[in-house]
Amino acid sequence: MVTLDNLTVSYRQHPAVHHLSGHFAPGSLTAVVGPNGAGKSTLLKSIVGLLPSAGGSLSVACPRARIAYLPQLNEIDRGFPINVVDCVLLGHWHVARAWGSITVPMLERVASALQAVDLDGFERRPIGSLSSGQLQRVMFARLLVQDADLILLDEPFGSIDARTSAALLRLVLQWHDGGRTVIVVLHDDAQVRACFPETLLMARELVGWGPTGSVLTDDGIRRARAMAEAWDDSADTCRIDDRPAARVPA
Amino acid sequence: MIDAAAFVSDAVVGPFAEFAFMRRALVATLALALSAAPLGVFLTLRRMSLLGDALSHAVLPGVAIGFMLSGLSLTAMAMGGMLAGMAVAALAGLVSRFTVLQEDASLAAVYLLALALGVTLISSHGTQLDLLHILFGSALGVDDQGLLLVAGVASLSLVTLAVLYRGLVLESFDPVFLAASRQRAWIWQQAFLVLVVVNLVAGFQTLGTLMAVGLMMIPAVSARLWHDTLPAQLLNASAQAMLAGASGLLLSYHLDSPSGPTIIGCAGVLYGLSLLVAPGGWLPRLLPPRHRVA
Repeated sequence: MVTLDNLTVSYRQHPAVHHLSGHFAPGSLTAVVGPNGAGKSTLLKSIVGLLPSAGGSLSVACPRARIAYLPQLNEIDRGFPINVVDCVLLGHWHVARAWGSITVPMLERVASALQAVDLDGFERRPIGSLSSGQLQRVMFARLLVQDADLILLDEPFGSIDARTSAALLRLVLQWHDGGRTVIVVLHDDAQVRACFPETLLMARELVGWGPTGSVLTDDGIRRARAMAEAWDDSADTCRIDDRPAARVPA
Repeated sequence: MIDAAAFVSDAVVGPFAEFAFMRRALVATLALALSAAPLGVFLTLRRMSLLGDALSHAVLPGVAIGFMLSGLSLTAMAMGGMLAGMAVAALAGLVSRFTVLQEDASLAAVYLLALALGVTLISSHGTQLDLLHILFGSALGVDDQGLLLVAGVASLSLVTLAVLYRGLVLESFDPVFLAASRQRAWIWQQAFLVLVVVNLVAGFQTLGTLMAVGLMMIPAVSARLWHDTLPAQLLNASAQAMLAGASGLLLSYHLDSPSGPTIIGCAGVLYGLSLLVAPGGWLPRLLPPRHRVA
């Protein structure tokens, strides 16, 4: 579904994702794990096409309209005067576009999405009046409406309580059962071990990628944590591309 | 009762019934209020409240070049102003798209350069009086041609806003969502900026470009204190702008004060009232705190 070939993404010449190669198989459910500054969010952003790559290539075998991306919750403008139902309706943007009409089936899908995240009765509430957990459920309802083939979630359970995150995790697992490709940035190793069959462990560079049990080992986590978090301004220009690239089997 | 009716017909209806220039000024101001105020609401939502101000200065070199080419011709100055404003908005957009600078920073740099160019052109080819006229306008001097310009721009701008509405809401609320679904998200922003420029230039004979910003922004800011849904805020902003326009014209007639600043003053009074009594304002916070059981 998504193939990375020696991908590098950098901020001001410092790599945030460094020579990453590998493959997210169609229908796979992958947790992206790594310390702060490991380039997890950057990787998602470049898959969506929000960031240019500084080297290597990235191919996504799915049209952009079939990709859904949920950024971290703090990137949403909560002061915006929009209510819950309109916000979820935006999930139909790929179909309705700027001028298409909103049909009754579309509205019904919004209603059932709100039901699925346990928010019926919230339709007319302005999003500014919601708690973080409720707002994240609204965002999941929008994802349900979007009905995408490739779903990218950036720390979806960051600031919400255990009950809500369990309910949202069930939705993620349903997407996986439905054959969608799901990539989730996560921090909770126990949750990853319990629910996510595949793990990509990264620290700018690839540390491990494969079945969770074989990647999320004590040794792997230790190697990921060893990554220096600060930028090294005296670092030389990277020459890896000048040598034959070391590939990780897909 | 009769006194009140007589007062209304004398002081409120009278000036408009009696003088054609007052009627023209009223129509121009109302049309401008209707189309400019909703744009102001979008500007505040996009944290670009001061952008209107910047763009109003940015039109100056174009107005000046129009003036140099054909004298005090409204068409030439309006065309020049629109072109200059759009050029500045587009240049600032390009700079922020291809460098690390944010939209506001690149706009600040570009509009200040445009303003300097405009002042240079005017001072070398006109008089101080012309500059004042361009910046502050005169609603009472609106001629038929000016009226047509304002009415045309207002109609076109309202229709365009309706056409852009859904995309503009999405681009203002969740630009990442839009950018993730489609490459050309910047088109909405540029189209919106064109609307802002066109409205400022349309206001330039009625109110002057600087005062036109006031009619765009002040009612928009106070409307946000009243409602928490966007359509209500848009309608409220237009209504406040129209009320300020009509009462400002009447006041300036009776007090013999300059029309543009008086209109903005009236918008300011409405803003002050909103700050006090609107649900998002100050007084509701002083009421005894009550809450429901659930």
